[in-house]
Formats: sequence, C-alpha cells, structure tokens
Amino acid sequence: MSAQTVTKPSIIIDGVRKRFTLNHAFSLKDTVVSWIKRRKLSSEFEALKGLDLVIGEGESVAILGFNGSGKSTLLKLISGVMEPDSGQVLTRGRVAGLIEVGAGFHPELSGRENVFLNAAILGMRRREIEERYDEIVAFSEIEQFIDQEVKHYSSGMFMRLAFSVAIHVELDVLLVDEILSVGDAPFREKCRLKFEELIAAGKTLVVVSHDMEMVRELCTRGIVINKGEVAYDGDIEGAIALVGA
Amino acid sequence: MSGPVTETRDLFAAVPRSEFDVPGTSRGLIDVVRWRYLLNLLVRTGVTTRYRNSVLGWTWSYVRPAAQFLVFWVVLGLFMNLDRGIPNYAIYLFSGIVIINLFSEAFKNATTSIVGNAPLVRKVFLPRQLFAVSAVIVAFVHFLPQVGLLLIVCLLLGWITHISLLSVLAIFAGMVIVMVFALGLGLFFGAINVRFRDAENIVELLLLLATWASPVLYAWTQVQDAVVDKLGWPQWLVEVYMLNPITQGVELFHYAFWRPVTSTAFELPPGLAWNTLWTFLIAIGTLLVGQLVFRRLEGRFAQDL
Repeated sequence: MSAQTVTKPSIIIDGVRKRFTLNHAFSLKDTVVSWIKRRKLSSEFEALKGLDLVIGEGESVAILGFNGSGKSTLLKLISGVMEPDSGQVLTRGRVAGLIEVGAGFHPELSGRENVFLNAAILGMRRREIEERYDEIVAFSEIEQFIDQEVKHYSSGMFMRLAFSVAIHVELDVLLVDEILSVGDAPFREKCRLKFEELIAAGKTLVVVSHDMEMVRELCTRGIVINKGEVAYDGDIEGAIALVGA
Repeated sequence: MSGPVTETRDLFAAVPRSEFDVPGTSRGLIDVVRWRYLLNLLVRTGVTTRYRNSVLGWTWSYVRPAAQFLVFWVVLGLFMNLDRGIPNYAIYLFSGIVIINLFSEAFKNATTSIVGNAPLVRKVFLPRQLFAVSAVIVAFVHFLPQVGLLLIVCLLLGWITHISLLSVLAIFAGMVIVMVFALGLGLFFGAINVRFRDAENIVELLLLLATWASPVLYAWTQVQDAVVDKLGWPQWLVEVYMLNPITQGVELFHYAFWRPVTSTAFELPPGLAWNTLWTFLIAIGTLLVGQLVFRRLEGRFAQDL
C-alpha cells in the first residue's frame, strides 16, 4: 500500500463526476403528453460522484463492485470514449482498451483483413501490425481459418482472434472489461499467462471483472466502487471479501 | 474501511503534469491525416463490402444512374420537349446527374456514418471524423465508373478535339467543391443524427430538393428568364442561385463535358470562374461549421448512441 507513493502515477482520476440524463420523452408527441400529465421529461443518474484515484505505473488493479456501480463508466472515461462532467482524468503513455473485444470486426471480411482493420482501430501503425501479424495469428490458434470470412467463425474462434489482436497492441496501460471469460480452459490459461507477462513487463493493468479467481491471480490491488464512490481501496483479498464472492 | 487516501496535491510530485494526456481529446480533421492507415482500411472495407453477396455487384453502380437518366430523358426530353431548348440534351442531363449523385451519396453516407458505426464509437476512442471522411471517399470511388461512362460517350462524340486544359481543371474543381461541401454538411447532420434521428429524414428531403435546385434537368438561362423577365424579381436572386456549390459543380461539369461536344451551346453562366472560387470558399466554410458542430457534440456520442 505504501509502495504507491514511490511509483510514478500512470492514471490520475481527480474529482471525477459523471452524470447521465435519461430522456423519457423523445418525440414531440411524447413531450406534449408527458407535459400534460405533468410527468418528468428526464431523470438524472449520477454514475460517478467525485472519484479520486491514482494508479501507479506497473500496478495491476481490479475494480470491483456490483452491477451499475459505475465500474464500466470509469473505464470508459479512462479510455477517452466518454468525457467527465467535472474533474479530470489523466493518463500517461499509450492506453489500450480491451473493452468488448471484436467491436471493430467486419463479418464480411476475412480473418486476415479483420486483424489489420481491428489493430488499426486500436491505434497500431501499419508496420507494427505487419511485424506482429504472425504472432497474433499464432496466439489465436486459428491459422487454418484465417482466410475465411469472419461470419463463418464459431463464437469461440471469433473471440480468440479479437482477443489476440487486442492483446498484441503496443501499450503502457491496458484496460480490461469483463472479457476474461474468453474461450475454453486452455485458452483462458494462455490469456492469463499473457496478462502475467504484461504485468512482468511493467505494464499497468486495470481490470473490471466478476471473475474473482482470475482477479485474485492477476491483481495485487483492489478497488471497490459502490454507487459511484470508492468504498474500498487496498489489498485485493480485502476487496474480494467485501464484494462477497 | 477506506484504503490509502490519495493526496490530491502531490499528484505531480513524481511525474510532471506535461507528461500526462487527457484521454478523448482529438484535433478533429487534422487527426484524420495521422490515422490515414485506418482511413485507408475503412475505405477499402466500404468499397469491397458494398456489393458483397449481390449477383450483379458493381454493375449496380451503373444501373442506378442509367435508370435515372432514362426516366429523365424520356419524360423531360421527349415528352416535355426540353431537348429542343438544350442541344445534346442527353449529355447535358447525364453530366449533371453524375455530379448530383456524387453529392447525394457522399452526403447521405456521411450523415449515417456515425450511427452506422455505433459499436465502435461507443467502445473505442478514435477520431470519429474518420467515418464521415471515409464515407465521402467511398462515394467518390463509386462515382468514378459513372464518370468513366460519361467520358466514353463524350469521346465518341469527339470530345477530345475540343477539350482544353480548362475543361480538365473544371472536372477536378467540380468534384472537390462538391465533396468538401458534402463532407461539411455530412459532419453537421451526422453529429446531430446521433441524438435526433430526424436528421436522416431532413437529409433525404434536402437531397430530393438538391436535384431540382440545380440546373440538371433544365438550363440556368431558364431560371434567369423566369426570375428576372417573367416575375420581375431582382437579378441578385439569380446570383444567389448560382452560388449554390452544387449548382457550380453541375455547371463545371457541363462546361467540361457537354460544352466541348455541343456546337450550338448557349452563353456561359456569368462569372463561372469567379463563382468557382466563391463556391469553393462557401464549401470550406460549410466544412468548418460542420467540424465545429461535430466537435461540440462529439463528447456525447458514446452516451447518446
């Protein structure tokens, strides 16, 4: 716990608030109807209520909490997909998100073309992709299907390839959102080893997951978020005990 | 219960603030240049998957404008005798239709590009302008075979003997003006479309009007006659009409393709050269406004989609 003051911060989250406005009425008709009935047109939902966090370089942190506690929102703020309403999020180095792998896959393209497309979406340069292409395909273990259209893949094969691309992106900070349940047991073991390799290489890892076994093996620090606030920040065992799994 | 408290004030003790980035900041269209490899891949994907699983494939890029041309030519040219007033009416019609189609495709695709790529916009951060830019480029690729067709017909009619450097320049100027204009409008409506899907319908409506608001089916002189002579309205209305970037694109294409093969062509639109500059500036202005609105709304894309 005290090591944190020595290491250099990799992610700084300073007083971050995020509020969502949920619109109940979209069309003009709905608006008029709910105005006549004196119903509220929109409601506010506060996903994050002034979060302060510092994650140091080389730390592997698990973010735990029940559904709707704001974990994924936090990850989206770190990846830059969303902007905070107030406060600031700062990151150092190249941040890559394993947020729902395969979002950039095009079903009509072959596996090979999809590797290039998805890697480029995740910010890799052409030369980097070409250098790592063989490694990516080898990791996914689907060499013989690589020139087939992705829509003919089984869901396991699809996830393997998507995961394999994402894990080979050059990065300093890796954000992982609930995708540790990829594939069958041997492949999961392979993924775990890959994560450990990244941790050993001094990369920062932020994991959101409900898979406590995986989290226990990978992470040293646990942060529990409850209703948009930090409820616990410390040793991983304490965090797991608090979430009660 | 709470673990180590983060001392907010000492945040930058180990590493200076300047080494940190704020995630999610983009520099708009400038970033598109830095991500050109991805742009390249997106365009290639858009082009190759467009006619996947269709028997005729790329032929559809010819069939649609051909059908459009045929309808207009038969109805307006033969039934309504518009071809008497405009010599070589078929070429006149087709060169206009081709550029209007470029505009429609580019504008419509760019408008729907953000919503169409919702899974990506919601999950991965990348300059979202990429989608609109690639949509316009894909439209351009599909426009090329149509120009090819037009060129072949013109060559058969002896285009090459009357062509000048200015004609070639006019082709490029027309395409650039129309595409920049379409991208600007596409960014504007694409950004609004995320929150209000009405934008798509507005665009459909605008495109319907665009064909008739430009001298594609008729000649600009007919506008002049109607506005000034028949209605007695001031001349500047005609000038405003001519300052529509699409009108200018159409006129430039007429100048490049129809005029060289037509011996009895009537007078050139006044200030065709100057209007090229003005409409180009209007198109750039539209692009800047579109970009501004897009960047203003961009921060909310992920949560509104």
